[in-house]
Amino acid sequence: MKQRYFDHIATNPLHPKVLDSMMPYFKEEFGNPLSVYDLGANAKTAIEEARGKVAKLINAKPSEIVFTASGAEANNFALKGIALAKQNEGNHILISKVEHHSVLNPARALEKQGFVVTYMPVDNYGVVDPDTVKKMITDKTILISVTTASSEIGTIEPVKEIAAIANEKNIPFHTDAVAAVGNIPIDVKALGVNLMSMSAHQFYGPKGASALYLKQGQRINPLIYGGIQEGGRRAGTENVPAIVGMGTAAEMAGNELMERYNHVKRLKDRLIKECLKIDNVHLTGHPDNRLPGHASFVVEFIEGEGMLLMLQAKGMYAASGSACTSKALKASPVLTATGISTSMSHGSMVFSLGMDNRDEDMDVLLEEFPQIVNRLREISPFSKGWDAKEGD
Amino acid sequence: MYSKKLMDHFTNPRNVGEIEDADGVGMEGNPTCGDAMKLFIKVKDDKIAEAKFQTFGCGAAIAVSSMITEMAKDKTLDEAMAITKESVAEALDGLPPQKMHCSNLGADALRKAIEDYRSKN
Repeated sequence: MKQRYFDHIATNPLHPKVLDSMMPYFKEEFGNPLSVYDLGANAKTAIEEARGKVAKLINAKPSEIVFTASGAEANNFALKGIALAKQNEGNHILISKVEHHSVLNPARALEKQGFVVTYMPVDNYGVVDPDTVKKMITDKTILISVTTASSEIGTIEPVKEIAAIANEKNIPFHTDAVAAVGNIPIDVKALGVNLMSMSAHQFYGPKGASALYLKQGQRINPLIYGGIQEGGRRAGTENVPAIVGMGTAAEMAGNELMERYNHVKRLKDRLIKECLKIDNVHLTGHPDNRLPGHASFVVEFIEGEGMLLMLQAKGMYAASGSACTSKALKASPVLTATGISTSMSHGSMVFSLGMDNRDEDMDVLLEEFPQIVNRLREISPFSKGWDAKEGD
Repeated sequence: MYSKKLMDHFTNPRNVGEIEDADGVGMEGNPTCGDAMKLFIKVKDDKIAEAKFQTFGCGAAIAVSSMITEMAKDKTLDEAMAITKESVAEALDGLPPQKMHCSNLGADALRKAIEDYRSKN
């Protein structure tokens, strides 16, 4: 059966050219970048070239890029690193209610250590109102973090406007741009952000290579102490092949950005239009201002995991934010923040498209998906509405 | 994550639907928690002559529902009352630990259906 992958927000296949660029660093060029002999120098040169390519993708300086092992690490680094560096100036942190777990959970951990976190509400599209940010800033606020785009609902946030407010108050502003970098144009200078997280496997690079953009002069405490790698900001022998792959993937993403954008947007627009023709299916996130390949819905009266398993049986892979598909078995806080009821949140479906998807894949998905919805609704006691009670 | 047997019961669930003139109906769970099961039984000569279900929930919840209708059929009411969550899970060649509690509603729904029948008869 042909495999059709619609979960590019989870991860992406490695681009063959990216893999080719990595191969020498798994084999003959295995040196430690800190070693003084030529084998080490070659590895060091490769890392610095990759740093330059990653910096170029987001219009940063190479020295402003700190490589990490994951997007989650970059987010943890930003939150904990800034909180600790600025703890003598205040203890208040502002984040939104649509943050990824790798922002939400370090914020909760900091709360347990005595920091005060405010979780900013969003509208029904998942958008943070910059005026809310302005109102919630206190004289104790030391960090504001709002995602560039949510992986669950695809909504793109007004990062530039929020950054301007933060800059005016001289508060560091971090944005988790893991779902955005490589998929939409990002310019850190134009946005005015102080810190930004990104991850290579979101743009056809390898897993295990990510980065935190740290604006020149931004003070931060390291998460990992040790040697002088990454200018002392992140110790540990570098994952050279993965970093080289991230560089190649960043260069390709920069060169092909609008081509990729237009490819997935056209398929996504068709997918959203057709899925909304199914009864009691609702779009989640913003209808227009969203990631180009991201189509997310709630399907009433049924549950997400069942849909995923039935899609898988037809060779198709997608995602759901339903409680049953999460290890924690809890309703998605992102969906409930947008005003979706807990009952409805269980019917979450997320299709995220990529360069390997074609019109024919949409044909098959749009043929099968309504049948899957119908089949599960035939099994559901709520197919006539949510109010079915015992003995009806 | 799921056993072959469980996937078979999810993909081809047995005894789906409602029994309009059911002798007993049991509802367990609710849509807020993510799993809800409605079980319908017909009783003849103190035995379960027919069992059907409607379920909202994950793959495990649907497979458990399908399995319990098969296990209940032709059992006396007392025998059916004695079916446990563990025995349903075992019949499906096991459930993932996190699904053992929330999605394993079959035995409780069946007991409620039998109690419903007994309260009327």
